[in-house]
Amino acid sequence: MQIFNSTNITLTKYLFYTGKGGVGKTSVACATAVNLADNGKKVLLVSTDPASNLQDVFNTELTGKGTPIKEVPNLDVANLDPMKAAAEYRENVIAPYRGKLPDAVLANMEEQLSGSCTVEIAAFNEFSNFITDTAIEKKYDHILFDTAPTGHTLRMLQLPSAWSNFISESTHGASCLGQLSGLESKKEMYKTAVETLTDGVQTTLILVTRPETAPLKEVERASHELAEIGVLNQSMVINGVLAEFDDTISKKLYDKQQNSLANVPKSLKKITTYMIPLRAYNITGMDNVRALLTNDNYVISEEIIKAKDIPQLKDVINNLYNSGKKVIFTMGKGGVGKTSIAAAIALGLSDKGKKVHLTTTDPAAHLKFVLDENSGITMSHIDEHEELVRYQEEVLSKARETMSEEDVAYIEEDLRSPCTQEIAVFRAFAEIVERAENEIVVIDTAPTGHTLLLLDSTLSYHKEVQRTQGNIPDSVKKLLPRLRSNETVVIIVTLPEATPVYEALRLEEDLKRANIATNWWVINSSLYHTKTTNAMLAAKASNEIPWINKVAEHTNGNFALIAWSADDIKGDKLKEL
Amino acid sequence: MKKMSIYEPAMCCDTGLCGVSIDPELLRISTVLSALKKKGVAVDRFNLNNAPMAFVNNKVINSFINEKGVDELPVVMLDEEIIITGRYPSNEEIISFLDIPKSYLTETKSTQQGGCGCSDGNCC
Repeated sequence: MQIFNSTNITLTKYLFYTGKGGVGKTSVACATAVNLADNGKKVLLVSTDPASNLQDVFNTELTGKGTPIKEVPNLDVANLDPMKAAAEYRENVIAPYRGKLPDAVLANMEEQLSGSCTVEIAAFNEFSNFITDTAIEKKYDHILFDTAPTGHTLRMLQLPSAWSNFISESTHGASCLGQLSGLESKKEMYKTAVETLTDGVQTTLILVTRPETAPLKEVERASHELAEIGVLNQSMVINGVLAEFDDTISKKLYDKQQNSLANVPKSLKKITTYMIPLRAYNITGMDNVRALLTNDNYVISEEIIKAKDIPQLKDVINNLYNSGKKVIFTMGKGGVGKTSIAAAIALGLSDKGKKVHLTTTDPAAHLKFVLDENSGITMSHIDEHEELVRYQEEVLSKARETMSEEDVAYIEEDLRSPCTQEIAVFRAFAEIVERAENEIVVIDTAPTGHTLLLLDSTLSYHKEVQRTQGNIPDSVKKLLPRLRSNETVVIIVTLPEATPVYEALRLEEDLKRANIATNWWVINSSLYHTKTTNAMLAAKASNEIPWINKVAEHTNGNFALIAWSADDIKGDKLKEL
Repeated sequence: MKKMSIYEPAMCCDTGLCGVSIDPELLRISTVLSALKKKGVAVDRFNLNNAPMAFVNNKVINSFINEKGVDELPVVMLDEEIIITGRYPSNEEIISFLDIPKSYLTETKSTQQGGCGCSDGNCC
């Protein structure tokens, strides 16, 4: 396998970095961008992740337009924030009517424009703009996209064709075009966006992954789904490969990685593959970003652990049991192990005699790989495709009761609007939370950005629920009040590293704003706990200490630490945490 | 023939299918108006999101929302006169206001067979 760096790869004009959360997409994209800029290329780096941390990496406030980076001439960076894009779009629509229409009317418009569909459309409009704008195309040699975790990105890349098809197939003037009344005029832009994405001469998709089974499986899925929409020019980068070992821990890690690499899914073998060695340092600060693709340095942190005793996950479970929580979320950046933690909590509570339901909203998570079906815990999975089909069926069967075939066809067409996907997932989410009437519900959420969008739509839909009289299911009416009650708790899962901790802090802020309580943090996969003596891993472990201390201080000791383990954490292993 | 227009609160779309609940009234009015359009009878719908300008330009509707806000939308107008507020017109009302043959709308009525709620009649 070749080492990935900007001199030995073929670079197209547009480069998309995608992959499961936590595999290092941002680090790899930043390192490529900085190396290219250092070599005199004009480079634009755009993040489309709603939970982007580019501002941490470059230590610069970013906006939706390219901002020059002081330390790296030739590099501009933009952060495509879907919430901000939606706010700007909203303002554009409403501003001309200020003073012409009464305030109550403007408030009604604003509320309607706050739904998740507006957010989605606004974000992907800006995204399409970046790949179609000729001024941007002329100005830069390379345009790199650091995208959100897979599910979200797939949707972003599929939307231009979804909307193009919907607009061109609509026979009754495309009534359900969501909030973008001017959408039809953007048809050309979407068409160009689709063309650029699928043109292998202009565009490469770089699938970033880790030498582990789950991320490799995820890459296989992403590769396949993107090939389906015509994105065929793909390469793969395996990030964090350990080259050698000299103690039990490093040997276990090495064996585990090599084993996963030996079992790379067949369809991925055809794809050009590169690797990046595992680094001891956190990929923050310009020196480390520059070094990622070229060299390692083992700097041992001198800090010591300040907390006198560190709780374990079972202490968290006892607390949840004693305080009678009914709705328990695990949230955090992708790749931090939310699913295992959620399963361990479900199992712990079930062992104490509680009736427990475990569910995941993460399109990439697979509960049955983690938990035995005979564990006594019921499990479910909110699948976007299935929920959409279910919602469409529900509406159509209602419509068939009173309508002619022709009318049903009319409704069917509106149901094909990409906007209905959002509402379908939202309703499924509300139904799951409602199970807390009779049992404990443990919810493993999708990576942060996705989860926040879901909560945000909960807030905006809640206002709509209070206003409208239609047939609103009870589950939807009770959703937000329940999430804000002390029946509900959010457990933030993180890793002892810079990016996951920063992201967790931002997540907590967002939850506070929504009046949803967080009581516990769980730090997962700590190498510090393993007492490794391997020089590289020991350096990595020592670099965890400042982050463990930071979390201990921030949570006032309400956190648990889980040691890194070579074995997949599943089945009875979950009880040992 | 008189001209009917409907002024509606801000909505994601005419059928309301991407809103938080399914409102059967919205489904009915959307399909009824679509059927009328095929017969050459145009009823305009203006919703605050898609066509805010209509709420500024039309003097009658403008003074209505200035006085009552959005709570009494939808508003149905026949030519320049407000005839219904706070709800959509029934099929019978549409027929009588516009003075059109009943047959224009009967096709969109129920095609139930045997009252079992199935459209194809095979499931009873």
